[in-house]
Amino acid sequence: MRITLDDVEYRYQVNTPFEHLALHDVNISMEQGTYTAIIGHTGSGKSTLLQHLNALLKPTKGRVFIGDRTIEAGRKEKALRPIRQKVGIVFQFPEHQLFDETVEKDICFGPMNFGVSENDAKQLARKAIAQVGLSEEILVKSPFDLSGGQMRRVAIAGVLAMEPEVLVLDEPTAGLDPRGRKEIMDMFYELHKREGISTILVTHSMEDAAKYADDIIIMHQGTVFKKGTPQEIFSDPEQLLELGLDVPDTVRFQLKLQKELGVRFDHPCLNIGDLAIEIDKAMKRGNR
Amino acid sequence: MRKKLVSLSNIIFKYEGQSRNALDDVSFDIHQGEWLAIVGHNGSGKSTLAKLLNGLQFANSGTITINDQRLTEESVWDVRRKIGMVFQNPDNQFVGTTVQDDVAFGLENAGVSQQVMVERVHGALNKVKMNAFLNQEPHHLSGGQKQRVAIAGVIALQPDIIILDEATSMLDPRGREEVLETVRELKQENEITVISITHDLEEAAKADRMIVMNQGRLYREGTPQDIFELEEELIALGLDIPFSVKLTKELQKNGVHVVDGHLTEEELVKDLCELHSMM
Repeated sequence: MRITLDDVEYRYQVNTPFEHLALHDVNISMEQGTYTAIIGHTGSGKSTLLQHLNALLKPTKGRVFIGDRTIEAGRKEKALRPIRQKVGIVFQFPEHQLFDETVEKDICFGPMNFGVSENDAKQLARKAIAQVGLSEEILVKSPFDLSGGQMRRVAIAGVLAMEPEVLVLDEPTAGLDPRGRKEIMDMFYELHKREGISTILVTHSMEDAAKYADDIIIMHQGTVFKKGTPQEIFSDPEQLLELGLDVPDTVRFQLKLQKELGVRFDHPCLNIGDLAIEIDKAMKRGNR
Repeated sequence: MRKKLVSLSNIIFKYEGQSRNALDDVSFDIHQGEWLAIVGHNGSGKSTLAKLLNGLQFANSGTITINDQRLTEESVWDVRRKIGMVFQNPDNQFVGTTVQDDVAFGLENAGVSQQVMVERVHGALNKVKMNAFLNQEPHHLSGGQKQRVAIAGVIALQPDIIILDEATSMLDPRGREEVLETVRELKQENEITVISITHDLEEAAKADRMIVMNQGRLYREGTPQDIFELEEELIALGLDIPFSVKLTKELQKNGVHVVDGHLTEEELVKDLCELHSMM
């Protein structure tokens, strides 16, 4: 399913003294089956943007196309439920939303809310728990007896059980240790590849954006600053650093080394293996 | 050797209803004026350590001594005056409706006079460079600014020790650097001891000393240099190693003769430049 934002503007608290322009002139498209990363500072508008992706917010100007539906400023929209089922959002610290007595009941809550029978919901729960890499025995446990990492996986399973076509991830690894972080990111990537789920990752991590995404969208002061493939985005790292944004470790290191050696590699290195090879080449060319 | 400020000996702690000890016979010292980074996987016991140090929980056995005073349920109020804590979520630690009210809150509780209070609030906000925001509402600030206000609230009480409990983990890169820079300056100027509980290995690499926790036990203590030599062992514990260490290994694999032990990117760049000039 494709999501397109056409000339989107969003103002909070219109016609009050607190009116605030959060998004303006946003034109982006996320194609079916792709992996897109949305990056920006706190306050850049990325959280407001995220809420437009499943019509939690309606633009104050412009249009949002979600599959065959159109969400338009000024028009009352009914039956948003199917959109919410097709576009699943994993919010930050999703484990804070766990509430039920057992893991199974918690995961079944979403699908049943969308009209799935209890039996079918239990099927979906079993499938989802396997998708997040947990065993079925955990279904009978209380979500509150689990470790932090397991709780997060259960919360994610609750979103997957609704069988979304698009998965939106808002800082899904915040607060996890390095291994937990890598496991969760690899899990989402695998779901994306294996099941063709379109994935939209909202993150501070340039490492993850460079590693997993097909396309990167950089938000700055409420609008799109730059969009493109990781190679395109990081071909001008100075520009990003000027905005106070980060670049991947490899790119930052490449930049420092190029400056000190007075050389220039022909492309930005987005992984450590590639960087090592390019450095080796530069060393062999030597001090000519 | 610097003065021992905090001493933990044989600490055992178990949460109610849990079968495993959250802390299992943990002993170590913290020296005055040092930056100690405590790292470990989720559930390794590092946040429990912070709670015990601040008397939010009490050990089942073992002792904690802070500045020669044993931490007990009786002495906890005294001890807390010496330790300031900054927590993970900037939104969970505000009580005041303006920035300066918020910083004053702790002082009011401590019964400080109005005049001294005003001085200390302004002084603390100056130090964290938030003096331009005195009358702002805290929830309108950025994450990094919020954490700096939280730090001002802590240093207004003039503690000997600041504990950062994953205080930068919810911030964006700029916010993280703002906060760490602020704490570094404070440490330099005021000889404050910093205990940082963190997943950020780049931050830990800049600490004076590190402690690695694993499943409730103290797994290793040493300088960042010592700790990051463990490399694969750290990864097996669910942790990571700094970028410069990883790149060094990758370069060696490619036959580039850089030496081991570069904890910062600057050192590795320097090494490479020297190699390059000899080519």
